[in-house]
Amino acid sequence: MLCIFCPHCGEYREEEEFSARGQAHIKRPEDPEACSDEEWGNYMFFRKNPKGLHHELWVHSAGCGKFFNMTRDTVSYEIKETYKIGEQPSVVAAEK
Amino acid sequence: MQKYSAFELFKNSVSHHENWPRMWENPVPKKKYDIIIIGGGGHGLATAYYLAKEHGITNIAVLEKGHLGSGNICRNTTIVRSNYLWDESAHLYEHAMKLWEGLSQDLNYNVMFSQRGVYHLCHTLQDIRDNERLTYANRLNGVDNEMVDAEQLQREIPLLDCSDKTRFPILGASVQRRAGNARHDAVAWGYARGAAMRGVDLIQNCEVTDMVIENNTIVGVKTKQHGVIKADRVGCVTAGHSGVMAKMAGFELPVESHPLQALVSEPIKPVLDTVVMSNHVHGYMSQSNKGDLVIGAGIDSYLGYGQRGSYSIIEHTVQAIVEMFPEVSRVRMNRQWGGIVDTTPDACPIISATPVKGLFFNCGWGTGGFKATPGSGHVFAATLAQGKAHELAEPFSIERFHNGALIDEHGAAAVAH
Repeated sequence: MLCIFCPHCGEYREEEEFSARGQAHIKRPEDPEACSDEEWGNYMFFRKNPKGLHHELWVHSAGCGKFFNMTRDTVSYEIKETYKIGEQPSVVAAEK
Repeated sequence: MQKYSAFELFKNSVSHHENWPRMWENPVPKKKYDIIIIGGGGHGLATAYYLAKEHGITNIAVLEKGHLGSGNICRNTTIVRSNYLWDESAHLYEHAMKLWEGLSQDLNYNVMFSQRGVYHLCHTLQDIRDNERLTYANRLNGVDNEMVDAEQLQREIPLLDCSDKTRFPILGASVQRRAGNARHDAVAWGYARGAAMRGVDLIQNCEVTDMVIENNTIVGVKTKQHGVIKADRVGCVTAGHSGVMAKMAGFELPVESHPLQALVSEPIKPVLDTVVMSNHVHGYMSQSNKGDLVIGAGIDSYLGYGQRGSYSIIEHTVQAIVEMFPEVSRVRMNRQWGGIVDTTPDACPIISATPVKGLFFNCGWGTGGFKATPGSGHVFAATLAQGKAHELAEPFSIERFHNGALIDEHGAAAVAH
């Protein structure tokens, strides 16, 4: 069971109160009409699937109901940090 | 290699079954192969088997980082069915079902395929409507499926609580009677034996660490244990690790890897002679030949490569099972485990050429790969042999995520994926 710190509530709560909503920091194309099929497909469907550090979007669905981001290791499941929407992660994977 | 028969069984009984030959050897890899298959799981071994058997290509290596059949083929809950809603997937899974029906004879290896039926329970009016639609869609595609009402369901499955005393009373079910289950390890072993018999090299403990690509064409793979092994074509069948493999080849896949778990109880006397799944309370159960209740449910919602699942999912799963089968509430669970499943946005597989010439991927089977093992191997073998997609594999091209021709099996089929 993950124990997750909600940055809005300022408390650690159990995983069951939260829902994972996939990759964080996905930017909607500025001008969707001008996108090629490939750009739009990439935006819609192609997600990072790292074996290691990952930045994810979570929602405290049975708590405050607010969204936040999390940096988590997808192998050890260790949560490195949680931070509010709009903020940047402080723990990032080394670029290869 | 030896053909199994009643006579062989008798002959070997004289020597107390101590002299059966090995089913496959551990060859040292050659420098070059016609085709390399990465991943020695069910789908990879099936691909090698059909390449050798149907296409006469035997200069093949299957590279497996652990031992054969050590991934999801030995972790699933062994259910086989083909009642998918959309034409594309119904055709693909029905193709697999037809192969299942003759598989033990074809492989000369008993995969213990048992067509004991699979029930999809309906707890709401909408469930009934969805399942009726599914039933009719299936019949139009030549896939058997029928509806049963709660009364008949209770007669057919005495263990199931079909009373109106439950939180979500059961109104009926759709049942595919040709569906059932099979012994999953035997499927891997049977295909491995069949492939090895026809000259395929099964290389175990051989981890692929990189792809060797020249002029955007695959020329081989780099391995941790045996250096570079060259090949004209490479088929990647690595389930949960497909994203990692694609990264080596320099492109992205629209797959996300999630943990999916299952659990089995202690062995008990026969109580359930079929497979029951409920999408609404979200759990499914069957009973293995050993007597253990085999239980599964949904994936963890977050990404994970840990081959273990979250405890809250187990709790929800067991709640669902106890809701459906109150009598088993005091049965103790024996083992619990997880596998990594590669899910796609539309819950359909990717059987496809890639941006790299000569490199093909067969992945994205998500939570439902086992049932497709023979069909997946069969169409992927044809795809690799001809260098272009098999007719049944065409709709499952990776291009669908750019041209929008998704096969939206996710919610529409009303099945527990």
